[in-house]
Amino acid sequence: MAIKFDKKSDGVYSLDCTGYVCPHPQIYTKKMLERIHSGDTLEVIFDNPSSSESIVAMCVSMGNEIIDKKAEGGKYIYTIRKAA
Amino acid sequence: MENEANKKKIWALVITGFFSLLSVLTFAYNDLYIYLSAYLWFGFIYGMCLQYGRFCFASAFRDLFAVGVPRMVVGIMTATIFFAIVSSFVTATGFSTFHPSPSGIHSAIAGLIFGIGMVFAGGCASGSLYKTGEGNGAALLVVLSISITQSSFADLGGWLNKLVPQSWHESAVAKKLPEVINAGDGWLDQYLAGYVWNHPTVTFAKMLGMKNESILGAFIGNFIIGVVIPALLMLAVVYIFWVRKNYARDMSKGKDTTPGFRSHVAGGFWGMILSSKRTSIAGLILGIACGLQMFVIEGLRIKFGIRNAGEILTMLGSDFGLSVRGTVFDPGYWYVTTQEAQWVGWVMQKLGWNNMDNIFFGYINGIPNPALNPADWMSLALIGGAAVMALMNNEFKFKKPTMELALWAIIGGFLMGIGSRLGLGCNVGAFFVRVANGDVGGWLFGLGMIGGAFIGVKFFNWWTERQMAKEMAALEL
Repeated sequence: MAIKFDKKSDGVYSLDCTGYVCPHPQIYTKKMLERIHSGDTLEVIFDNPSSSESIVAMCVSMGNEIIDKKAEGGKYIYTIRKAA
Repeated sequence: MENEANKKKIWALVITGFFSLLSVLTFAYNDLYIYLSAYLWFGFIYGMCLQYGRFCFASAFRDLFAVGVPRMVVGIMTATIFFAIVSSFVTATGFSTFHPSPSGIHSAIAGLIFGIGMVFAGGCASGSLYKTGEGNGAALLVVLSISITQSSFADLGGWLNKLVPQSWHESAVAKKLPEVINAGDGWLDQYLAGYVWNHPTVTFAKMLGMKNESILGAFIGNFIIGVVIPALLMLAVVYIFWVRKNYARDMSKGKDTTPGFRSHVAGGFWGMILSSKRTSIAGLILGIACGLQMFVIEGLRIKFGIRNAGEILTMLGSDFGLSVRGTVFDPGYWYVTTQEAQWVGWVMQKLGWNNMDNIFFGYINGIPNPALNPADWMSLALIGGAAVMALMNNEFKFKKPTMELALWAIIGGFLMGIGSRLGLGCNVGAFFVRVANGDVGGWLFGLGMIGGAFIGVKFFNWWTERQMAKEMAALEL
């Protein structure tokens, strides 16, 4: 499977990195966040536990807000709002 | 969902129970097996810590360069400092199992190749082992690739001999190693015996005119000057270039003033150190455990009156695959890559390939039965410990790699295999253990790894841009 990018609605996007290992999830998340607009949300789906730490730390350092975090059975879904 | 989680916890207990039973039954059969069990349980602890802390050396400078995250740089420096303090006690009391390796530019070049490989592979050598424990198929491929590469590289000659400088060949032959080793044939043999072994071993204590085993040498030379000062410098550089601006931004929100020096040190820098609780805890336990392992193994060597596990294997009635000197790989501390190469080397030997006529296997490490190889017990338990931690936290998931990931894993593993043989170790053996014990070559390998991370990230940025352009062509932002 390839990385999947999707626009769910205006200002709401999703990035599915399921199956991908470091550093793909964190690099694609960063690049996607650079492309969307301030205030937009990005739902990132991945199943690589070590990427979770990097994505959280990246959001904190860039000032982006993680508005929702789900983790179950090795699958993670983080919803990030891009900072103004 | 709860059923699945409970099933995973049962599996965690099964794995732990298996290792416990193995230790108890083998000890009951012959108390020499406690030597192998010591390696096993330290490996188990490493696996649990690595998985819990998402502790992967590859991500240190890779994630710093790629996404501006200093988490693992902090984690590694934390672990190194704790390892070093315990190691200083162990060394000063005469219980160290560590011996520095020859240092030179080759250490940095090896680190560079290894560093690029780590980025491509998605994990370092120890990281790939623990991720295998998480069910990650790509990580398992990395381990296989590293193993096959090392085992092959250790023995290959033929046209590769033409790439060996004449001075290396002459120097290797002049070492007069046992005839069966044939040090004048094989690229790696001539590199080791004809080039690397001609370099000095250098520790910070020695550079200051102190003995490694003296209190001054161990604590001032190798610990303070060899570890604490460079580690703090590195963390300061990371803070200044990657974290300071964000801290100033966050502190200035809604205020007219910018944070001063004290705020940066007490708030920003210290905040960076503590930003990931998981990583800090893992680094602390890893560091202490690594130092303790040296103490325990040396203690067991004294107890059994041996210098190397080859003697243990002989006493257990297994002398297959011992080196010409009767030794096997027995580092006495945490190590990855050599024992994985030995798996492949042993299989190839059984299939008729002569792997005992080279320095790596035949002169130094041997290729004993993996079931009796202490370092193999450590690696398998590392995978097991990581699996237990992942299962307990419902993070275990079998993941079959895509063709793309499989290719990255194989290429990355190949480069790591080459780099680890050139550097006489991997991120653990050539960097972590050496740095923590004051070996200057450890920092050289580390600097090489940083360079490798930079190159690897540059390539990955190009690759991911290309993939995004392809996959996002129809997406309107």
